Amino acid sequence: MGIRRGYRARPLELLAEWFIFGVSFSAMVLVFLIFVFVTREALPVVFGQVNNAVRQPVIPVEQMDNLPHGQLGKYLGLDARQLAQMDRETLKELMAVRVEAAQKVPDDKDSGINTLAWRQMFLPHQWTGYERPSYIWQPVSDIPKFNIIPLLVGSLKTTLVALMLAVPLALAASLYVSQLASNRLREWLKPAVELLAGIPSVVAGFFALIVMASFLKSVFGYESRLNAFVAGVALALAVVPVVFSIAEDALTGVPRSYTQAALALGSTRWQAAWKVVLPAALPGVFAAVILGFGRAVGETMIVLMASGNASIMSWSLFDSTRTVTATVAAELAETVFGGNHYRVLFLIGALLLVATFITNLAGELIIHRLKKRLEGLA
Amino acid sequence: MSNPVFNPIPPRRLDPVSLCFTGLTGLATVLILAILGVILANIVYHGGANFSWGFFTGGTAQDMFDVGKSGVLPMIAGTAARVILMSLFVIPAGVITAVYLTEYARSSSLHTRIIRGAVNNLAGVPSIVFGLFGLGFFINFLGQRLDAWLLPGAAEPVWGKPAILWASLTLAVMTLPVVIVATEESLRAIPQGLREASLALGATKLQTVWRIVLPQALPGILTGGILAISRAAGEVAPILFTGAAYYMARLPQSLTDQFMDLGYHVFILSTQSPNIDKTRPILYATVMVLLLLTFALNLVAILIRARIRTRMRAAH
Amino acid sequence: MSITVNSHPALAGRDLSADAARNAGHPMIETRGLNLYYGPSQALKHISLKVPERVVTAFIGPSGCGKSTLLRCFNRMNDLIDNVRLEGQVLVGGQEIYDPEIDVIELRKRVGMVFQRSNPFPKTIFENVAYGLRLLGVKSKSDLQDRVEKSLRQAALWEEVQDRLHASALGLSGGQQQRLCIARAIAIEPGILLMDEPASALDPIATGKIEELILALKQDFTIVIVTHNMQQAARISDFTAFFYLGELVEYGRTITLFTNPSIKQTEEYVTGRFG
Repeated sequence: MGIRRGYRARPLELLAEWFIFGVSFSAMVLVFLIFVFVTREALPVVFGQVNNAVRQPVIPVEQMDNLPHGQLGKYLGLDARQLAQMDRETLKELMAVRVEAAQKVPDDKDSGINTLAWRQMFLPHQWTGYERPSYIWQPVSDIPKFNIIPLLVGSLKTTLVALMLAVPLALAASLYVSQLASNRLREWLKPAVELLAGIPSVVAGFFALIVMASFLKSVFGYESRLNAFVAGVALALAVVPVVFSIAEDALTGVPRSYTQAALALGSTRWQAAWKVVLPAALPGVFAAVILGFGRAVGETMIVLMASGNASIMSWSLFDSTRTVTATVAAELAETVFGGNHYRVLFLIGALLLVATFITNLAGELIIHRLKKRLEGLA
Repeated sequence: MSNPVFNPIPPRRLDPVSLCFTGLTGLATVLILAILGVILANIVYHGGANFSWGFFTGGTAQDMFDVGKSGVLPMIAGTAARVILMSLFVIPAGVITAVYLTEYARSSSLHTRIIRGAVNNLAGVPSIVFGLFGLGFFINFLGQRLDAWLLPGAAEPVWGKPAILWASLTLAVMTLPVVIVATEESLRAIPQGLREASLALGATKLQTVWRIVLPQALPGILTGGILAISRAAGEVAPILFTGAAYYMARLPQSLTDQFMDLGYHVFILSTQSPNIDKTRPILYATVMVLLLLTFALNLVAILIRARIRTRMRAAH
Repeated sequence: MSITVNSHPALAGRDLSADAARNAGHPMIETRGLNLYYGPSQALKHISLKVPERVVTAFIGPSGCGKSTLLRCFNRMNDLIDNVRLEGQVLVGGQEIYDPEIDVIELRKRVGMVFQRSNPFPKTIFENVAYGLRLLGVKSKSDLQDRVEKSLRQAALWEEVQDRLHASALGLSGGQQQRLCIARAIAIEPGILLMDEPASALDPIATGKIEELILALKQDFTIVIVTHNMQQAARISDFTAFFYLGELVEYGRTITLFTNPSIKQTEEYVTGRFG
């Protein structure tokens, strides 16, 4: 594992190496812990072990003695220790309470639905009183509904707006700063643009909420003041410095000899930048866009403050919208530890984590392939 | 074989495509800077109006939405404390991991590749997920076990609830890649010859790392640390459930206390104010304090980095 | 070495370039009283010389003598460096190229350049050679193919790469890459070819090939080559200019300069006593 033998004469050296190895090893373990602990809370939902239907099957009190001990505990929601402490009469009473409670539940088809089933979380459902099957996120309600699709669509909308604005802007600026500006100007421009990265996302969210929202509304004249569009514009503020910084580094990293050769052949500066430097920097530029995408999807505070937070299913950019990340931020504090809502929010977190890994992996694969093609080894 | 003839060079002419390209990309750059300028000007203009010594040193004992009396001292203290605590965890851990990766590990070993992949992935994880992790691991797992072990039978949880310690640890995990990457970069920039020279004089590997490599890499390590701090100072999402308090009458006294936070306070003032128009002055002033803090940190990092770059260019 | 050209008695009143250009074609490149400064330091001092047409002219001299800087004046590549200031005249094909009215891009299409380190673009072999042609507006596929083939043949590379024209240029060996760069430069048929130590990073065999190539190309191009290698200058050039500390010390027919230099400094350099 990188630690070589032959240090017996120097125990301190050996100790230090083991220490250094240990720390770096824990750093690695930590990443797995993140995955483990975010997923752990979501597991019962993932494996369909919870049924949160309002109307649960009822067992008549008389059948108590026929039930095996374990099944009885599960039915009453008691663990083995609690079960052992209770006498027969108490248990009988508990069962009676269950029967009574079940009688109060309205006998409609909605009450029998387990809204934590995968089908309910991702597919539309025909709820009573709705015209057609719909996607509904309504975790606090008589029948809590946990359909994640409206949130995914919300994230998609804000991310798309942000990328459409930020990527062209940041790439154009990185081309200008790295290829066309004079050296002296460049030394000023790069840190100045990167200063944008120093604006905390809560400040960008504040600016969108307090200043930009009313301004954009007066310009575009849409209905709700806070919506996916406003959130996307604000999100672009956070994405621009990420894309700019990495793309600029990639463009600057292209050997100057390429530019020189192109210029010596009679290219103009932009021809050299566009036809030689940009293609050579493509892997890095692509990485910049991927990271910008990740930043846009994962950003929380900006969308929490600027999107309006209505978890309605809508493809319109100008409707109030709630994203995946904002949902977790807004709702987790009010959930019961270990409850269904709590678990679903962790499930969302786990999905975000998986999405991050997939994006990274796919990005790396594509970048690797681009690089290979550039080197002609593919 | 044709003989190339040297045709006369025509006079310089305006190339519209070239002009267009330069104009458009230049415009994009100007636009970005203009947006930055507008944001800063707006905040400084409105925030400066309510900027006073009393605001800096005032607490929130009376009413956090009271324009005349409330101040940001508790938030500054809370943010500073969590950031300092965080750097105590993240800088040693990040630097040591980077030292392992560049100085000790073989770059092709499985362990190195896994760490690198892990660090890369960690950098892309959304900040809110770190908040979930902090809650799930530090508070609900570690904290609850500490309670059961140290204080069995206590009515109120001491460790198993949001606290400044857990918030700092969560932020430390989040900023770990920043420190590792910056340190690694500066370690790699040190010429191999220096290490060889030291080893050839009979120094051990540890001595070489400690006396030659680390001092050379110090500015880069510093930059990484400052960048991590400035990133963490403005982050709100990871501390939402791990330690930040909506309101506290006193400053945090111990590691297990909650704390008020500048960024979270900006969020509260923006979204929970009973009268947004009335509280706008304190909102702007709080934003300005937060911006001053993060910009000052960023500026220092940018300056150090610029100095390293010039030095490296001079060395080539 | 404290001798300066101007104070050297043997040089008094002699026009070096007139001497060199005698018996050759009319000058393709000419500098008149050229001074060049990098910020406060002067890199070229009062250089006047004429480079004749369709011969190989070599610039020699120790590192930092200004030979590469002078070469880069001929296609204005020095424009890319900040803080460069230039006095005097540079004429290419009889035209003053530092005239503000001159189109630099057009100048560079007429004055090709090959660099010290081979720098093919990270594109295919074909695309590398076609790059300059596309800039000229050549669009037809067959035209491009013909001219790429012609240049590669001229650069003596065709036989080696004809089967893999569409493979990456970065897969070629160092010597092949440099010949590709030459092919790329001559594809657009510049009148002049500037070469900045084109073989210094190559092994002796690859160097030999490049030298053969230069001798062949002399039929069609005016070639100026900067070299560190005295033997190379002696082997391939018709005229040689020796620079020292930014000054043109001696300029003349290569045979004369190597066998019977008129200045002691030149003699010491070409015989390897300093440099």
